[in-house]
Amino acid sequence: MLTWPEGGITEVPYQIYTDPDIYAQEMARIFCGDSWAYVGLEVEIPEPGDYLVTNIGDRSVVITRDEQGALSGFANRCAHRGVKICRHRKGSSRMFVCPYHQWSYNAHGELRGVPFIRGVQQQGGMPEDFDRADYNLPRLRVTSRGGVLFATFSEATPDLETYLGDTNATYFDRVFDGRALTVLGYSRQLIPGNWKLMFENIKDPYHASLLHVFLVTFGLFRADQKSQVRMDPSGAHGLLISQRGAQKQSADTQDIQSLKENFTLHDPRLLDPVKEFPGDATVVMQTIWPNLIVQQQSNTLALRQIQPRGPEAFELAWTFFGYADDDEAMTTRRLRQANLMSSAGLVSADDSEVIKMAQDGVRPYASDYSSAKGVLLMGGRGREDENHMVTEAAIRAFYAHYRVVMGL
Amino acid sequence: MNLELQWRVEELLARYAQVLDDGPLEAWPELFTEQCLYQIIPRDNFDAGLPLAIMRCESRGMLMDRVRSVQETIVFEPRYLRHHITNVRIGQVEGSRLEAVSHYSVIEVLPDSLPHILSVGRYLDVLEDRDGVLRFLEKRVVYDSVLVPNSIIYPL
Repeated sequence: MLTWPEGGITEVPYQIYTDPDIYAQEMARIFCGDSWAYVGLEVEIPEPGDYLVTNIGDRSVVITRDEQGALSGFANRCAHRGVKICRHRKGSSRMFVCPYHQWSYNAHGELRGVPFIRGVQQQGGMPEDFDRADYNLPRLRVTSRGGVLFATFSEATPDLETYLGDTNATYFDRVFDGRALTVLGYSRQLIPGNWKLMFENIKDPYHASLLHVFLVTFGLFRADQKSQVRMDPSGAHGLLISQRGAQKQSADTQDIQSLKENFTLHDPRLLDPVKEFPGDATVVMQTIWPNLIVQQQSNTLALRQIQPRGPEAFELAWTFFGYADDDEAMTTRRLRQANLMSSAGLVSADDSEVIKMAQDGVRPYASDYSSAKGVLLMGGRGREDENHMVTEAAIRAFYAHYRVVMGL
Repeated sequence: MNLELQWRVEELLARYAQVLDDGPLEAWPELFTEQCLYQIIPRDNFDAGLPLAIMRCESRGMLMDRVRSVQETIVFEPRYLRHHITNVRIGQVEGSRLEAVSHYSVIEVLPDSLPHILSVGRYLDVLEDRDGVLRFLEKRVVYDSVLVPNSIIYPL
């Protein structure tokens, strides 16, 4: 399929951003393999019978709460002719009926009804040996941690706590600390780039202090701030942790040409962060294999779900949330700070734009096998935790894990 | 029916489209009152009563901050936009305050691509008529095209 460059995790072949065969392998091995994919929030399906429709990789799935209140899920395609069963993104139903020939399934994807199974007036019908149990839909295991739902197609995926590892579980629980969550709203964007570019971006503090002029200008994220990158032992998950600084120029920011020292806001309410979590960190960006970014940037809390759409595009589905016990001022603050994020974000639009530019740059050169590779040498060649931002260690760790899962 | 008012609202919307599509962008905040609310809201959120907007400016100052960010801080591919605003209907009029609803679509042209629809939806506007000048007191851009093609850099 592909020979990985000699540089190992310090080099990334362009082919993995464009090749349809590699993409197909990723869907099978990464998204539908031994991984817990983020699929939604418990608060989105609070009652028995509630369901939501989302994607794991590019595959549509239904996440349900059965009549006893237990979480479950199944592949959103009829066993009969492959038709997508659920067409609404959310709803409540005891049975799931395919619109085409009305095969019906329960909340676990078990086939319950087949119209005309014995024929009509002694004509037609299914063969004698037809057994509904042979046509249950691929079932998902669904688990919840702190109100966040994860699902897996595999029986071999270890429990979520083990899967996350100690450090990542601890930081996950920092945001999902048991308080009831409130969804503030959704934002969806289709980014014309390979899905891995999104993970690379969030695992890369090097770019954040250069590309994001807005963040840098207002001291929200700068190379001279105290910060860390931390990974789990496999390299699959990562944390980028930073503390906010002041809006001023220091010797270390001389390299950052884009710093706008004289940019002051007409309405400073846009950036009015208050401390709400224990510890010194003001930004924690957590990447959870294979499809989730948990973002705590000042008071903006968001889940970003990566849904690949072929090798050269992915949907980034944002869920902005707060806590049920937020007061009105905090809710307003979260809504204001959301200006920095998603498709129109003062900060994250930089990322969606640069991801497109990366894909546009890589595409025509991907077949040039001898030289078509990216370089990840900032901060050395290692993939260990670091106590600074000038490193690509978390991307190297990601690719160490990627190569194991993909056999590349 | 007040034809003159209809004409003035359409003229304001045409001016709105002109400053966003052809500039100067600095003139965009001038079309709003000092205290105002501008939001771009995905239709799913709007219909579900969820408050999240992808762009939310709560004063003319915040609109100016957005303009300056577009001009100086956001890194993006150059592009042309073209607004089409139709079906303009005036709703309730109360003293100097009036409501107006219109439909919009915005075509985006990126350097190496054919034109495509960036966004399509409704404008839900509240206008203030003061000293013979109409300005937006509130503008909610509710977009049907909930899956955004990459980025929205300029206001809609």
